[in-house]
Amino acid sequence: MLEIEDLHVSYGNIQAVRGISLRVEAGELVTIVGNNGAGKSTTLLTISGLLRPTAGCIFFEERNLAGASPDKIVSWGISHCPEGRMIFGRLTVAENLILGTYNRRDRVNIRQDLDRVHKLFPVLAERRNQAAGTLSGGEQQMLAIGRALMSRPRMLLLDEPSLGLSPLLVGRIFEIIRELHNQGVTILLVEQNAYQALRVADRAYVLETGKIRLTGPAVDLANNPQVRTAYLGG
Amino acid sequence: MYSPSYFMQQFINGLNLGSIYALVAIGLTMVYGILRLINFAHGDLMMWGAYLALALIANSFLPFGVAVLLPMLVIGLVGVLIERITYRPLRGAPEVAMLITSLGVSTLIQNSTIMTLTAQPQSFRLPPGFKQLYEVGGVNFSSLDILSFSLAILLMIGLTLFVRRTRLGIAMRASAENLRAAYLMGININQVIATAFAIGSGLAAVAGCLWAAQYNTVEPFMGFLPGLKAFVAAVIGGIGVIPGAVLGGFLLGFAEIFFVGFLPPAFSGYRDAFVFALLLMVLLIRPNGILGSSTEERA
Repeated sequence: MLEIEDLHVSYGNIQAVRGISLRVEAGELVTIVGNNGAGKSTTLLTISGLLRPTAGCIFFEERNLAGASPDKIVSWGISHCPEGRMIFGRLTVAENLILGTYNRRDRVNIRQDLDRVHKLFPVLAERRNQAAGTLSGGEQQMLAIGRALMSRPRMLLLDEPSLGLSPLLVGRIFEIIRELHNQGVTILLVEQNAYQALRVADRAYVLETGKIRLTGPAVDLANNPQVRTAYLGG
Repeated sequence: MYSPSYFMQQFINGLNLGSIYALVAIGLTMVYGILRLINFAHGDLMMWGAYLALALIANSFLPFGVAVLLPMLVIGLVGVLIERITYRPLRGAPEVAMLITSLGVSTLIQNSTIMTLTAQPQSFRLPPGFKQLYEVGGVNFSSLDILSFSLAILLMIGLTLFVRRTRLGIAMRASAENLRAAYLMGININQVIATAFAIGSGLAAVAGCLWAAQYNTVEPFMGFLPGLKAFVAAVIGGIGVIPGAVLGGFLLGFAEIFFVGFLPPAFSGYRDAFVFALLLMVLLIRPNGILGSSTEERA
């Protein structure tokens, strides 16, 4: 479904991503783990068109995404739930969710998707008319995921959904990710919390300084001695 | 020593000046919110709006209402064109490049007006009915006062409905808050920016007509000071936030009128200095303006 070939991305003189190739099949939950600055978020931002690759291709169902505008990429079916949540704090919860449907032409089904998101996150229904900035961190993360789902994406990019949350909420967020996966949503998950990410994912890539170090089924990587010492605390 | 009617008189004057500042500040704050651009050419569109209205009133039998609304549409379009031609190619360049460009556009507008027309102020005459004075309890006001205030309020209500009820309006508020996240929502940012310029420039044109009607004159540099003060108003209210621009505009209008009206006449020459001193005071207490807040991350 998504195929990245030899992707290079730079910020000025700094090469953040140096020749990544990866693949996500329809229905898969693939995770990219790695430390801060490994190039994980950069990869996602390049997929969704906020950054331009210096070299390489990104194919999404036969379409080359490299150089396409972000709004086109959203309308082709990729939704990006960014790091740091980036909800619109001055807008109400309902307005945030509506913006998730900005590119959709089938206005009739929006009601259904809203119900689905409300079912997944009942708190969003309760707080629908509240300014999103007044939500707690966990609620904001749920809003960010819900908002990304509102575009009815065929592929969901999740960037550090557990960042800054209490251990209890981290567990809840990963439950939701698993649930979405079971519903058939294709997910590319970027995480520093390698332990949790490797538990939910089908396959994984380990990124180090802009290059892929290891790849394979998530279970294998979770038992790999190198991964254990570097990312899972021994 | 000051009678209640004198106070009311000043209140009406403040309301009038405030609504003009508010109309101009809205455009500045919308554009700044999305592009982080202080658009120095904004006040000059106010001037063009007034000239256009003058031409319409002088050369036709158009009623004042049409003579104000037509410039709103035309100048709105001009604003979109200016953005398309001068600012859009600079998207992604350092912010200061756009700022300097807007100074250039401002100079261009002013000087092209002087070249094609004249640098001399021209009188902006209204049909006689507009200076009809009414007196209620010792307070004087003209039909123009009523008209300009109600027009300003109507436009602000319309704008509020637009940014609260329509997708494009919600997208506009979202883009002002977090441009990056707005891109990720699939919002077409060029469309949002063009809309902000259209609305902002249109409102500036209306403000220009009202300004010219109040002071009975138009001249090529008339937009500079109100443009600058409207920017002050936007900052006081919290730049990037539309209700803040309205609040700041009225606050500044009242403050300026009361400063002149209630202090000894010797001070009235300092009204502009007072406006900027007020800005400094507000920024010392609330650096993000009255309605502005730094959006904090919550854990």
